[in-house]
Amino acid sequence: MKGSWRDLLRRWAPYALTPLIILVALPAIGAGPWLTLTVAGLTMGIMLFLVASGLTLIFGLMDVLNFAHAAFVTVGAYVTVTVLRPLVGWTTQTSLMLNLLALLVALIAAAVASGALGFVFERLIIRQVYGAPLRQILITIGALTVIEQLVIVIWGPEALVLPKPASLRGSVFIGSSPIETYRLAALAVGLAVALAMHLFLRRTRLGLVVRAGVENREMVQALGYHIRRVFIGVFMAGTALAGMGGMMWGQYQETVNSQIGDSMTILVFIILIIGGLGSVGGCFIGAILVGLTTNYVGFLAPKLALGSNILLMAAILLWQPRGLFPMAEH
Amino acid sequence: MTAGEDAMLRLEGVHTDIGRYRILHGVDLIARRGRVTMLLGRNGAGKTTTLRTIMGLWRARQGQIVFDGKSLAALETPHIARLGIAYVPENMGIFGKLTVRENMLLATAPRGFAQPNLDRVLDSFPMLKVKWDSAAGSLSGGQKQMLAIARAIIEPRRLLLIDEPTKGLSPAMVGQLVGALLRLKAEQTTILLVEQNFHVAEAVGDDFAVMDEGRIIHTGAMAALIADKALQHRLLGLSMAAAV
Repeated sequence: MKGSWRDLLRRWAPYALTPLIILVALPAIGAGPWLTLTVAGLTMGIMLFLVASGLTLIFGLMDVLNFAHAAFVTVGAYVTVTVLRPLVGWTTQTSLMLNLLALLVALIAAAVASGALGFVFERLIIRQVYGAPLRQILITIGALTVIEQLVIVIWGPEALVLPKPASLRGSVFIGSSPIETYRLAALAVGLAVALAMHLFLRRTRLGLVVRAGVENREMVQALGYHIRRVFIGVFMAGTALAGMGGMMWGQYQETVNSQIGDSMTILVFIILIIGGLGSVGGCFIGAILVGLTTNYVGFLAPKLALGSNILLMAAILLWQPRGLFPMAEH
Repeated sequence: MTAGEDAMLRLEGVHTDIGRYRILHGVDLIARRGRVTMLLGRNGAGKTTTLRTIMGLWRARQGQIVFDGKSLAALETPHIARLGIAYVPENMGIFGKLTVRENMLLATAPRGFAQPNLDRVLDSFPMLKVKWDSAAGSLSGGQKQMLAIARAIIEPRRLLLIDEPTKGLSPAMVGQLVGALLRLKAEQTTILLVEQNFHVAEAVGDDFAVMDEGRIIHTGAMAALIADKALQHRLLGLSMAAAV
């Protein structure tokens, strides 16, 4: 019986971690700022999840650690600027409907552009280095630099302004806690994408193949599935998600520069390691943990804010050396 | 064994390299339609490599692999599987994070489970009904082996390649597995079965081929091998004698 309690604890503890941190933060911070920081943390987490989920799937299924992933975030953010410029009439009006429509168009454009670039990138570059980890690292870091320079050539070296749509500026109050309107919208969009991804992975045959492929690629092929075709699809989806993350992050910051993707890279890799490389569920929980920790620690001990996520990762790895939800090793 | 017209699978002079090492040195093998062919031999003889080469998981460097008149040499593994060849690897190839149902579903045609096929498989492996929505990783070794074989036959297959299904199983589980293999045999399923346990081989085998150092060194009818103790000792030596 003692053993079964221990098993139960080991199984459910990773899920309990996020609510536990939220609850522990409440008395430490106080109810007013706690709600503001919690929503900010969840929003940051969901935006990071969009970027990190693609990377973890690409790694889990293909054993490819794509250091150029940040470039797709950058491309998504710049495409958003380009798409929203002619739609300025929609974003400056206070019509919530028109504002959301403009954002939806930008979101789709960012996903399509990044996904299409991802397709070309997989065919031209990644395909040459499957199964060669050292070459993958070198070529993807090189590609990151090249794509960022191409972005500068196309859009220029100056940071571009990306104002939020009119009705998503400012805050709403829940009790005495101010919550930024854009954060609520971003949280809703991010959760919708995460839910769609969850349903795809859990309810469709292709999602089943992807989950099986993360565990054992060879057996998936022996069951008659062309894993290479699945690779391409997952790579495109992963880069499209990065583009969506770039769109939402850029819109949140209201400025876009060629390093916007780089600024997320360290956090994204921390999330992958915390969640367990290849695990989408782990990636979701890892992203939320990182978002909350950044915001809570930034409020409670600003000097520790920079290192807080590194400390979080170290603590989790001491507890679970392969991350919260480790996947099968290839 | 002669190369009769009823050969479902034929290997001729198959050489396979793994990295810098040549593992198969000209394998000639026939699996006849509707029969169970036992592939016997000591560890490291090349039995698993032979099955993996047939599935295209390792490429044959030389030689011919012909399945029902069609050459497999240039085909990729998914194409080979779609010809109706199912493979149960030595490690079973179970997806531990997926449920039993999901493991089975992966092996079905795009339409999903066909009820008669599902009923037939669940009748053969009733344990799967009980564990249907459990994570496959939580099953015992014997249950995983049952799942692996059930998954292989959830759709009608023309050839089953099974690699050491009884390895590490308890005698009770081996008994259940032999029962399942005998049911497949009664249904005239063509099987190429790698096995180290001679009791299993004599219970289910129709034909046999013995491998050593990457070659087939002897073939014949299983009944002849069972009847000839001296031949058993000469061909299979200590590795099989231990299991007898």
